[in-house]
Amino acid sequence: MTLSEKILARASSRSSVSPGEIVTCDIDLLMLHEITGPLAVQVFEEMGFKKVWRSEKVAVIFDHNIPPSDVNSAQQMKFMRSFVQKQGIERFYDVGRGGIAHQILVQEGVAKPSSIVVGADSHTCTAGAVGAFAVGVGSTEAAAILGTGKMWFKVPSTVRIKVVGEVKEPITSKDIILEVIGRIGASGALYKAVEFSGEAVSKMSIGTRMTLTNMAVEMGAKTGLIEPDEVTRKHFQSLNEHIEVLTSDKDASYEQTQRFNSFEIEPKIAAPSAVDNVMDVKDVEGERIDQAFLGSCTNGRMEDLRIATRILEGRRIHSRVRLLVNPASMKIYKQAVQEGLIEKLVNSGAAVCCPTCGPCLGMSQGVLAADEVCISTSNRNFVGRMGERSSKVYLASPATVAASALAGEITDPRRFWN
Amino acid sequence: MNAIVGTALKLGDDIDTDAIIPARYLTSMDTSSLTEHVMENFDPTFKMRLRENRIIVAGRNFGCGSSREHAPLVLKAAGVQAIVAENFARIFFRNSINIGLFAVEAPNASSSFNEGDGVRIDIDHLEVRNLTRGICISIKEFSEPVLSILKAGGLVRYLKAKGEW
Repeated sequence: MTLSEKILARASSRSSVSPGEIVTCDIDLLMLHEITGPLAVQVFEEMGFKKVWRSEKVAVIFDHNIPPSDVNSAQQMKFMRSFVQKQGIERFYDVGRGGIAHQILVQEGVAKPSSIVVGADSHTCTAGAVGAFAVGVGSTEAAAILGTGKMWFKVPSTVRIKVVGEVKEPITSKDIILEVIGRIGASGALYKAVEFSGEAVSKMSIGTRMTLTNMAVEMGAKTGLIEPDEVTRKHFQSLNEHIEVLTSDKDASYEQTQRFNSFEIEPKIAAPSAVDNVMDVKDVEGERIDQAFLGSCTNGRMEDLRIATRILEGRRIHSRVRLLVNPASMKIYKQAVQEGLIEKLVNSGAAVCCPTCGPCLGMSQGVLAADEVCISTSNRNFVGRMGERSSKVYLASPATVAASALAGEITDPRRFWN
Repeated sequence: MNAIVGTALKLGDDIDTDAIIPARYLTSMDTSSLTEHVMENFDPTFKMRLRENRIIVAGRNFGCGSSREHAPLVLKAAGVQAIVAENFARIFFRNSINIGLFAVEAPNASSSFNEGDGVRIDIDHLEVRNLTRGICISIKEFSEPVLSILKAGGLVRYLKAKGEW
């Protein structure tokens, strides 16, 4: 069995499962945020449930629009705070205490290898970076889990992505995942599990791996995951968290294996308005930008802030450009302060804001006006994603975003790399 | 189960949930109030088209992107009777079934229908018909528990009746 199949077998108390089977699994962790959470709670009550199945298995994390930018948003948080208190949910991360949900689940060791993590957010697959089977669901599904602790799954077939070679900066895991999505396509992994492996992946930190698994959903995948290894063990050791590790069998059956050579991967960019509209940065160099965004559940981590700062340090961003920086969590924010990154970013002209999803989905802290163009480290460039419907989004790595902010136009990061 | 009969509103491939309902409106806890914004990023004439034709017929990967259940909810509240697509993004598919909105996978759906063509979806006989052009597309059987959830009218009713999974 593949890693996904083993996790699903264990969670459904079966000795084995195979692709296509329907299994009902015990859920190890359910995450709600302030946008999809209230609807889940309303449906939970409508279903006639009173008490969540296990309050210690529920995490409530405010991240989409924090601090709240309007009354409606503030009401959503008030509603969720009251639910958290009523249900005795201890894993609750309010404004200024946590950050982006997908970051928190991994950073705090809440999402564990071999576990089933479900979140009322499509990028829940990010937690696959530590070998969890992590999937996004809607609010009604989340409500049913709140009440029963269970969910049905169709066992997915597994696509293996092998990345050989070594990733050399300023190329990053973002360039790799964009290359992968460009080849596989926005629906090329529909309903499947995508397992990332290979020399390049095993050398990556957990934070860097999270960029890969985060974007699995952008090729339609049910989840993306990476087999736990020494890097994973050290991550949980440092958190004093005990883990149980499952791995794919040597003779596991994969639907297909796709190989990528990191030596051949150039800085990549997804042009408007589809995530699989992937090309080399050099093909769109010179395209004028109005805003650059460094952050999100895809690329708001220390690795990302460091490489961007290395490019921006001692330079000023283009006078026409706004550079927004949202570290993915308060812990990252603090570490970036301690490492002196925030001062350097501010000196370069960046507006450093608090951890939130806001700019990525055009909710707050950096919405685009008509016809504006943004280069972003986030994960979606759909029409109107970051603001007005005529605004445009290019998706790229933190290095490419930093270089482009300096030049005022889309720029290959190697021009600023020495 | 009765067949669903209506006329086709044609959409393309990769219709994403930001197109269906932009995130900036999701701070409202009253989802029925969102219908005025349905598909406004994608096609400002959508609401007008929906007055004429209420079965969406689309291509690949319908509903990709965010997990927001507001997307199928707002389509349903705006009057969409059912969605026929070549395939669906998985979260959107589950969300639709869970709220009792028919999401039906039919191969070649896009090329088999023009806007306004008559559509008949028959779950019992596993077929989608173009009543205008006389085309019949066979569809795959729904697996359980999908069929039971659909027949119950959504997950709330299914769980209320059954008490558990």
